[in-house]
Amino acid sequence: MGRFLLRRAGQAVVVALGAISLVFVVVRVVPGDPATLILGPDAAPDQIASVRADFGLDRPLWQQYLTHMGEVLRGDFGDSWRLGGGAMAATLDRFPATLALAALALLITIAAGFPLGMACARRPGRIADLVVSTGSLVGQALPSFWVGIVLILIFARTLNWLPSTAGGGALAVILPSVTLALPFVGWLARLVRNGALEEGAKDYVRTARAKGTGETAVMYVHVARNIALPVVTVLGLLMGNFIANAVIVEVVFSWPGIGSLMVDAITNRDYAVVEAAIVTITVSYIALNLLVDALCVALDPRLTPENA
Amino acid sequence: MSTIAPAPPVPAPATASGGTGRRRLPAIAWVGLAVLALFVLAALAGPLLRPYDPVATDLPHRLLAPGARLGDGSVAWLGTDQVGRDMLATLLAGSRVSLVVALATVVIGGAVGLVAGLAAGYFGGWTDTVLSRIGDVQLAFPSILLAILIAGVLGPSITNIVITLAVTRWVIFARVVRASALATRELEFVDSARVLGAGHLRILFRHVLPNCWQPLLVATTVQIGLTMVAEASLSFLGLGIPPDAASWGATVSAGRDYLGSAWWISTMPALALAAVVTAVGVVGDAFRDLADPRAQL
Repeated sequence: MGRFLLRRAGQAVVVALGAISLVFVVVRVVPGDPATLILGPDAAPDQIASVRADFGLDRPLWQQYLTHMGEVLRGDFGDSWRLGGGAMAATLDRFPATLALAALALLITIAAGFPLGMACARRPGRIADLVVSTGSLVGQALPSFWVGIVLILIFARTLNWLPSTAGGGALAVILPSVTLALPFVGWLARLVRNGALEEGAKDYVRTARAKGTGETAVMYVHVARNIALPVVTVLGLLMGNFIANAVIVEVVFSWPGIGSLMVDAITNRDYAVVEAAIVTITVSYIALNLLVDALCVALDPRLTPENA
Repeated sequence: MSTIAPAPPVPAPATASGGTGRRRLPAIAWVGLAVLALFVLAALAGPLLRPYDPVATDLPHRLLAPGARLGDGSVAWLGTDQVGRDMLATLLAGSRVSLVVALATVVIGGAVGLVAGLAAGYFGGWTDTVLSRIGDVQLAFPSILLAILIAGVLGPSITNIVITLAVTRWVIFARVVRASALATRELEFVDSARVLGAGHLRILFRHVLPNCWQPLLVATTVQIGLTMVAEASLSFLGLGIPPDAASWGATVSAGRDYLGSAWWISTMPALALAAVVTAVGVVGDAFRDLADPRAQL
């Protein structure tokens, strides 16, 4: 177990370093000369030269890369020219809001998706089953930014039940997290349904039914435990997805999270913040994957570190 | 039970009923194909019939509801937007952008992925190691982040959005092709060809490539839908299509401020996008089942 986790953690570190390098390549190499960007196109050549020297841009690219990687590893992502302070501090400041959003979305997905899938598995092919499978197909096709807008229109503007922006107090987290969760409720329900149908044909379920266990207990005590593993796997991945997908939903709802910060920063060419935000999201994404791997081995005795 | 029960009749060969049924497209796939055909037709012919002018303004006719009659006697079937442009024309122009971006992305990303996947799967060794590691790093990234980063750095234009999406998508194609190439490489007819003295290029194109088409095609259908959503999302954020072209995502964004008074501006393009993406998904599923009957289970 320990060696397995160590190997996976090593792979995660390599991938994270690769991701940071990728951001470096896109941000530093593609957009042309940052000095011209800072000073504007009319700057005198000696001004540009002095700025280039200040930022170390006159050195060869591999030296800039190594310096940059060294700074990043020490947690120094540079300063945001727009917000003043350190880029990483500004990002971490916004991170809890995104985490709250993603966590509530995960909760909603489980609370709605799991019972729905179980209900579908009880009567496969009946109306509830068809509605859920169609709904999951359409739910995943509807663009999340539009779903968010519609929810604002219905629940904030027309019914006036819930606030639409973060200024509206604690309840404001509900609409964005529902928007985030909605496409995945049907998806999780499908997954649970298929798992439950597969398990439902097994001997232990028949035994439970034969000894007179009620249908609800069969489903939620016996079957649920056996389909927990694949569900835990996807829930971990889902949390990572929510953190990443939150970018668009946060813009729709003006939610003060890491995603809206990043979109603001990229339209203002504040690359230090962009990089800090991307690294934060990517590292948490990778960490969640690692956690899922560890959790699967811990939960299922049939999986050993060798065959996982 | 004293007597032995008669043996059950031997089931008829699958070709009689199940086999042909499995090979036929289900009805819902035909609906999906019809939606897609309509979409392609709209993208090709629509802008010719209803030209879209990005800078036109017609203030007396702004925010008209769907079906309203304009001053010149024509009917705005889908209403007009905040500066009086016909929503139908905007939608048709957006469908062309959507189609062009999706096709160009899967063609470019698919071609890059095909070459990379063939090289990695067939040659193996360090080629495979390098390409697979690059792919791993890229997949560790949530693709929407990479797309926002590249699109933001490059600036809004149709070419840039295709570059952005192709860069974020090629890995998927490469993985699919690599898996097929890897499996095919070990087969006996490839060994035979090698023994007969065929060169690498001949083996790749005559023997390995034909086995990669089918999974590549299935991956392509799935990616077309995802690419369209990604383009709309980037345009919604203002990082995709420039303001002088119409995009469904940008139109949804523009309609946000008029939700209370003119719901159709945001809703029409979103519904169009959802219909096309659902259709792509349905057709893609049907193709996958046709290609591999075992996948139905």
